[in-house]
Amino acid sequence: MSLWEYANPKRFIETSGRVLPWAVGLTAVCLAVGLVWGFFFTPDDYKQGSTVKIIYIHVPAAMMAINTWIMMLVTSLIWIVRRHHVSVLAAKAAAPIGLAFTLVALATGALWGQPMWGTWWAWDPRLTSFLILALFYLGYITLWSAVENPDTAADLTSILCLVGSVFALLSRYAVNLWNQGLHQEASLSLDKEENVSDVFWQPLVICIIGFVLLFVTLVLVRTQTEIRARRLQALLARERVA
Amino acid sequence: MPDLGKYAFAVLASYAVTLLVLAGLVALSVWQSARTRRALAEVEARQGKSDG
Repeated sequence: MSLWEYANPKRFIETSGRVLPWAVGLTAVCLAVGLVWGFFFTPDDYKQGSTVKIIYIHVPAAMMAINTWIMMLVTSLIWIVRRHHVSVLAAKAAAPIGLAFTLVALATGALWGQPMWGTWWAWDPRLTSFLILALFYLGYITLWSAVENPDTAADLTSILCLVGSVFALLSRYAVNLWNQGLHQEASLSLDKEENVSDVFWQPLVICIIGFVLLFVTLVLVRTQTEIRARRLQALLARERVA
Repeated sequence: MPDLGKYAFAVLASYAVTLLVLAGLVALSVWQSARTRRALAEVEARQGKSDG
């Protein structure tokens, strides 16, 4: 069996329909366990007090804001190279999810930054690159709705996605490239010394899994919707011609 | 409810904003899915009748 079989819209809808109930259930369980554990059963941080509880939503949202764009990059490249419609419709379906994650990361970052840094916002490399990423998401969504021909829209948005990938990567590595901002380095690392303490790390990992599953669930639902909308447009066009 | 002390606003507002944005996105996605599914079923039924 080849991965490309899922580029068939009918096959994609059938398979995703079978996966969705499991994805919804696992998402609900992971988010409930991770957030309840993190919010109610972890101690305050010795430096940051109770604001450390924001980590369980801020870090997963920020990670998914970047990873969603990376997913869109991969599916856009598949469109450019192989012209599979399902692939570019998945990118289109993912964009509002990525924008939502980016807005959550920016808002929770501001709410966390105010008591810790004394300011809601600073033109720090990571914050600024995230703001630019949010603007790229908005531009991508707007471009889809501004171009009438779906294949032309797919081509143009795929190119925009390639350009925006630079900012997605900058958002990820900004704190490493410019060590001069307010934002601290990554909370999770393969180097155990750089990781957050285990008491915060365990519920945080469950929340990250929950956010990833939420993303997968929403992408499947929204891609199904895009495929059906495309078929609806084709049938209505046929009606008009007949 | 844990004692959030002087940071209660920052913590609770963060969770509220997240819940609002993500719940809104889920609701919008489910609504759009149901609406598109219904519209497609109607057109398919109509064209099925006229074809058959």
